[in-house]
Amino acid sequence: MEVPKDLLYTLEHEWIRVDGKNAVIGITHFAQEQLGDIVFVELPEVGSELEKESPFGVVESVKTVSDLYAPASGKITKVNKELETNPEQVNNEPYGAGWIVEIELSDEQGLESLLDPDAYNEQCEKEQE
Amino acid sequence: MPIQFQGVMQEHQCVRDGVGIFDVSHMGEIEIRGPSARDLIQKLMTNDIDSMQDNQALYTLMCLKTGGVVDDLLVHRFSENHYFLCVNAANTEKDFAWILKNAGSCDATIRNTSSETAQFAVQGKHSEALLQKLCETSLNEIKYYHFKKAKIHNFESIIARTGYTGEDGFEIYIDADHAEPVFRAILDAGKEFDLQSIGLGARDTLRMEMGYALYGNEINENSKPLEAGLGWVIKLGKQDFIGKAELEKQKHAGNRRKLVGIRLLDRGVLRPHYRILKNGAPIGELTSGTFSPSLNTGIGLCYVSSEYAEPGTELEVEIRKLSVPAEVVKPPFLPARVKKN
Repeated sequence: MEVPKDLLYTLEHEWIRVDGKNAVIGITHFAQEQLGDIVFVELPEVGSELEKESPFGVVESVKTVSDLYAPASGKITKVNKELETNPEQVNNEPYGAGWIVEIELSDEQGLESLLDPDAYNEQCEKEQE
Repeated sequence: MPIQFQGVMQEHQCVRDGVGIFDVSHMGEIEIRGPSARDLIQKLMTNDIDSMQDNQALYTLMCLKTGGVVDDLLVHRFSENHYFLCVNAANTEKDFAWILKNAGSCDATIRNTSSETAQFAVQGKHSEALLQKLCETSLNEIKYYHFKKAKIHNFESIIARTGYTGEDGFEIYIDADHAEPVFRAILDAGKEFDLQSIGLGARDTLRMEMGYALYGNEINENSKPLEAGLGWVIKLGKQDFIGKAELEKQKHAGNRRKLVGIRLLDRGVLRPHYRILKNGAPIGELTSGTFSPSLNTGIGLCYVSSEYAEPGTELEVEIRKLSVPAEVVKPPFLPARVKKN
């Protein structure tokens, strides 16, 4: 299972790639595998505020619906419009073309509570048992 | 049977474009034989058993006196005195008890053979060519909704040209002891056709695209089968059967509601119990809902008042508190490609 070293993770299987004041958010390889074929992504509006640990969107596979939880607080600066027509990108490239939103962080402190790659890996192993 | 093997979308496409195999051994089988078998089945079922020939299968409902549905099932006739039913897995015990209760002292032997019977559905346009590799009997001679006793991979079986996908295909009943070698032989023979195992997820998307009712969703003991569009398997002209008087009454009164197909106008996914709105006011709730891989959007089934049942009627579906535009469709959502003689 793929867990890139340069990302931070949530218990709900979102990842965040922080670059200064900006960050990109998506769901992990583990998450997309559990969901199965993703056929719909409900994206938030650009300009809206994310609140850490609150739901900000939805991914749907044929099997199930899953909320997206914000790994950090901030303002949405971009959403991945491509996913409206090609939601399967989340399955194909969860850490690349399947990214979901980009935000401007409002509080970098909040990042400390996120999981590092090793801790996230452990979490996934636990859930797979 | 797992939800998926390779993924619901891919498995769905595999059946629509080629051939897939479903291990549906969980389905129930009930055998009825004896001098009174025909009369008993005729009394239990809404469809006309007397219309059947040997080696024919018939889709029918088994109703309560109230007209509610005990189960929807297939009757297979070996001979005038010998039949077997294929019933919904979850209803097997209930059906068996219901049949015994209504058989009373009539001269028929009724056996629940579910645990000793395996069932595989091989569905898709290559199904005949694939299975023919394992059978000497000519499968081409088995017409839609007919079956034959035939050997497959040298084991006795019943091969019926039936299915739940809208594609040409077969359902194979076999002694559970022979299930494994036969399943392996089919997988092996299927390699050249890119045969895949199909899970419950695609089984549901395939049946949904055909608008086939699922027991527990569209029909149950409280539903009115005429509203579900199942009038074609309710033969009110035949002799008395359980539920006939009530169904006659319902038919005479006319349908207040009707089961219709609902299709989202934009991309999305439908789920059971989503509310259907007309100009913001609730008018019904989906009995089934899913994503159609063929249409690339959400489809569902819903009972609506007759005034909203016309195909093309614009409605809304409430999805996470949002009203999403949808329209009424007369099922099937895409044309069936079963082999109709």
